[in-house]
Amino acid sequence: MSGFNKVVTSYDEALEGLSDNMTVIVGGFGLCGIPEGLIGKMKSLGVTGLTCVSNNAGVDGFGLGLLLEDKQIKKMIASYVGENALFEQQLLSGELEVELTPQGTLAEKMRAGGAGIPAFFTPAGYGTPVADGKEAREFDGKMHILESSIVGDFALVKAWKSDTMGNLVFRKTARNFNPMAATAGKVTVVEVEEIVAAGELDPNEIHTPGIYVNRVIKGSFEKRIEQLTLKK
Amino acid sequence: MALSREQLAQRVAQELQDGYYVNLGIGIPTLVANYVPEGMEVMLQSENGLLGMGEFPTEETVDADLINAGKQTVTATTGASYFSSADSFAMIRGGHVDLTVLGAFEVDQQGNIASWMIPGKLVKGMGGAMDLVASARNIVVTMTHANKKGESKLLKECTLPLTGAGCIKKIVSDLAYIEIRDGKFHLLERAPGVSVEEIVAKTAGELVVPEHVPEMNVS
Repeated sequence: MSGFNKVVTSYDEALEGLSDNMTVIVGGFGLCGIPEGLIGKMKSLGVTGLTCVSNNAGVDGFGLGLLLEDKQIKKMIASYVGENALFEQQLLSGELEVELTPQGTLAEKMRAGGAGIPAFFTPAGYGTPVADGKEAREFDGKMHILESSIVGDFALVKAWKSDTMGNLVFRKTARNFNPMAATAGKVTVVEVEEIVAAGELDPNEIHTPGIYVNRVIKGSFEKRIEQLTLKK
Repeated sequence: MALSREQLAQRVAQELQDGYYVNLGIGIPTLVANYVPEGMEVMLQSENGLLGMGEFPTEETVDADLINAGKQTVTATTGASYFSSADSFAMIRGGHVDLTVLGAFEVDQQGNIASWMIPGKLVKGMGGAMDLVASARNIVVTMTHANKKGESKLLKECTLPLTGAGCIKKIVSDLAYIEIRDGKFHLLERAPGVSVEEIVAKTAGELVVPEHVPEMNVS
């Protein structure tokens, strides 16, 4: 790696520095737009005690569900975790802690974390269990709660294309949480389908500028579909 | 007769207006897309980052990178756009979505809604529901009037943990169309063939009943 060349060629390099008890932000919505190879590498590295911040926790045997098999996740911060039997089992046995967070609040926690905003007021969750222990304040006649932002020790992101300088383009709804995740990592690692030479991406069409990105690796993706639904 | 799922969707679809941006929740709300009136254009927002959600794909057009908030494969319509989750919830919290349709376990006469958590059962999460109800200007809750045990879901006060406080103004149940104002339920329409007495009996909260309650127009 030199200058602005962010490309790494091995998953060992991609996750160098990842260790036990870190907070890891992972992009994706369900199984759509997840960094499959980086999750697989986290599993084989065997890091434990992780706090994972991601909208969902994968399914049994795929996505973040893989990290549950060896109990690598200590705490999950997510908006919806209903797709995973192993998750349920570890939650009920107390081996896993979960902090359920409204989806928009979760996105904003990452966005704010990456943007140097330590906390923000949102109306989402006022009057609900989510507001417990949080400061509430009225603005324009409406109640809001104070939510703190999130910065990850690592952010693991999936993009469609990157140039060698880490400029990113996402594809369709695989974008989801990935752009915010990219901004919110102390170390941001992006797994992509295609790496092109610097200058090949139109600057007008870059979704995430390379300044947020530390490492880029070309992956290969299964892109498993969670709910295949076809027109009748 | 209580409304079928399809009839519930039909009645909710009467709340649509030409040019509306609409977020439909999972379940019955999703069916509303099948009853957009002829000649009317609406754009469906899916909170995972799609405005302009189209029908389900064929085997040839299916794309793992194009799903809806229920994680089903979908297509995009003409004029559609993709965006991040932060942008999606800016649309939602910022009040840019014209109509939100979602289900519920309970609604009370103060407009509180409970839809995500039953204590003692496994809690799966609220997804985007709390953000949606906290900010949407125009929300329609669609649900059965009573639960499977026959207990009313329209209460004086919600018993389950809330999804949002004081945010619901319209309910389309399988028995009635009801609005909430001044801390009371107001009966505006009844399902075809359903008596006012049945609706009164199955509404635990305070229900204001006008002299004449018209039947809904559903087929």
